Amino acid sequence: MRPFTTHTGIAAPLDLANVDTDMIIPKQFLKSIKRTGFGKNLFDELRYEDEGQPDQECTGRPLRKDFVLNQDRYQGTSVLLARNNFGCGSSREHAPWALDDFGIRSVIAPSFADIFYNNCFKNGLLPIVLKEEEVDQLFKEVEANEGYELTVDLANQKVKTPSGMEFEFEVDAFRKHCLLNGLDDIGLTLQESDSIKAYEEKRMKQAPWLFEARSL
Amino acid sequence: MAGKTLYDKLWDSHLVQQRNDGSALIYIDLQLLHEVTSPQAFEGLRLHNRKPWRLTSSLATPDHNVPTTVEERKSGVNGIADPVSKIQVTTLDDNCDEFGITEFKMTDARQGIVHVVGPEQGATLPGMTVVCGDSHTSTHGAFGALAHGIGTSEVEHVLATQCLVQKKMRNMLVRVDGELAPYVTAKDVVLAIIGEIGTAGGTGYAIEFGGSAIQSLSMEGRMTVCNMAIEAGARVGLIAVDDTTINYVKDRPYAPKAEHWDMAVESWKDLVSDSDAEFDEVVVLKAEDIKPQVTWGTSPEMVIAIDQPIPRPEDQDDQTKREGYARAWKYMGLEGKSTLADITLDRVFIGSCTNSRIEDLRAAAEVVKGRKVADTLKQAIVVPGSGLVKAQAEQEGLDKIFTAAGLEWREPGCSMCLAMNADKLGHGEHCASTSNRNFEGRQGFGGRTHLVSPAMAAAAAIAGHFVDVNELVKH
Repeated sequence: MRPFTTHTGIAAPLDLANVDTDMIIPKQFLKSIKRTGFGKNLFDELRYEDEGQPDQECTGRPLRKDFVLNQDRYQGTSVLLARNNFGCGSSREHAPWALDDFGIRSVIAPSFADIFYNNCFKNGLLPIVLKEEEVDQLFKEVEANEGYELTVDLANQKVKTPSGMEFEFEVDAFRKHCLLNGLDDIGLTLQESDSIKAYEEKRMKQAPWLFEARSL
Repeated sequence: MAGKTLYDKLWDSHLVQQRNDGSALIYIDLQLLHEVTSPQAFEGLRLHNRKPWRLTSSLATPDHNVPTTVEERKSGVNGIADPVSKIQVTTLDDNCDEFGITEFKMTDARQGIVHVVGPEQGATLPGMTVVCGDSHTSTHGAFGALAHGIGTSEVEHVLATQCLVQKKMRNMLVRVDGELAPYVTAKDVVLAIIGEIGTAGGTGYAIEFGGSAIQSLSMEGRMTVCNMAIEAGARVGLIAVDDTTINYVKDRPYAPKAEHWDMAVESWKDLVSDSDAEFDEVVVLKAEDIKPQVTWGTSPEMVIAIDQPIPRPEDQDDQTKREGYARAWKYMGLEGKSTLADITLDRVFIGSCTNSRIEDLRAAAEVVKGRKVADTLKQAIVVPGSGLVKAQAEQEGLDKIFTAAGLEWREPGCSMCLAMNADKLGHGEHCASTSNRNFEGRQGFGGRTHLVSPAMAAAAAIAGHFVDVNELVKH
């Protein structure tokens, strides 16, 4: 996995609560068997006027001018500011894949849905929870200043604004460690194979039916 | 010291390793797989030259984008008209064959929606940990199993290690006390709960559903309730094990047999929260207050009882809510409408992992029997949750009741719940749907979804608009 240490980039405000993963990447694009190529269909229904199809070339499609990521000043956005309960609904990891493929490295919101939050960390994407009033302030600043950039510093757990303000955020120690070092957590878990085998041996005695071969 | 909740017990019995940093390694007993969220996981195994840790812990079936018309289903995978869908289903078949994972393929009578198939086969058992790359895995919590949806990276992690890295959730109890009125179903109960606590109300929690109204539900009703825990933000929904649970599981193909059965039943009796267990949050609803529910907007929390007026944006005090309501009003085309009955329906969908089991189909059939769907309706489809549900329904003659009333009888799959196959809404069309999500575009580009119970969907099909099923059956 690509490590995440410090990132500075253009921020864009997506002023909508309860953004669900169907909105982030609609179902017709989930038919792909790959992890890449979802960026052009990120927020497809918010972003384009027409209905998108899988494998479609998107450059000529009519854009919704009012959608934030379509506006000139937000081209090249890599930090997304969002509202409460971002990423709710379906567990599709295609949502962080689409954000990542589009070029988003970090999403900042007052709250996230659990599964989406977890999926981000598996893909080198950093979801950051800030207080509601802090997110409000960032929304105001980004809207008032064209070219507004935010710096996300994972090691020090801080979001820094151009004016030098800093907002601290929480992140689980294990997730932080994996993200900073770009660690594959399957490899890490496999280092604990002996513990897993010991658990299985113990459990097999308590609940042998869980280990029966499923005969058809 | 306070006693343990059911969630605490399930967590403790699956704890492989508690790490110093607060994370923990949790053992997974059953992983269900389908075609949409597994291809990249299998690809990951291949890239790293890894093998599944334990083959007997996985069960696969294609469901999300299989076609549901009889014609398209005749020749299995080869009959899928959409080439992209076909590749995805073929990929699941190939991966299961390559890695040696049991799969109910498209032509197998046991194929169906993963969350219908697992319990039906007795693959889902009390006391298990169950995961699937699908958020509605919470369904299996109805069996007193710790079950939740995961992303594709975690699907790969479980395949490779049989474990997940987790952090313990908080405990919430949602109690529904009293007796439900006629035609008020499990679906109405869970929609009322979501209306009460909101779509983010359960974020970070494992919700245990309890109280006499929950206890009185059948296993299928309990699955409907737990299925939608995720719509309240909770990855996990749980219901304590009782005789209803044990009787349902007994004699299912994958259920333990002989002495293992006795041993299992003995251990399952402990799968209840201790009487002195402490919950971080408790929510109480009165069953008598719950009426048939209908969603009016684009989030499951935008829900009202059938006799309530549609809430207006301008009446909301909270600014975020006001804006959200205004957006939903526009999307749903509610201008000029004040009650649910004012909405003319275009389609009706009875199916999905929430409501496609035999009791759901019986409830819908009872309402449409001897009646005809409204002329104004473009389509009404009934999609059973599995091949076995379909066979059972046909044995009971439910298919004949549906087709006589003008509803289409289909082959099993997820179908119009998320419209990954050909079953979808047209732009601006309103649908009474027994599924679980009314998000923008969920059932088709520009489609307008209203979530209801099977009985309410059936009544809506007859009337052409929403109506209290109690009123309809009187006539």
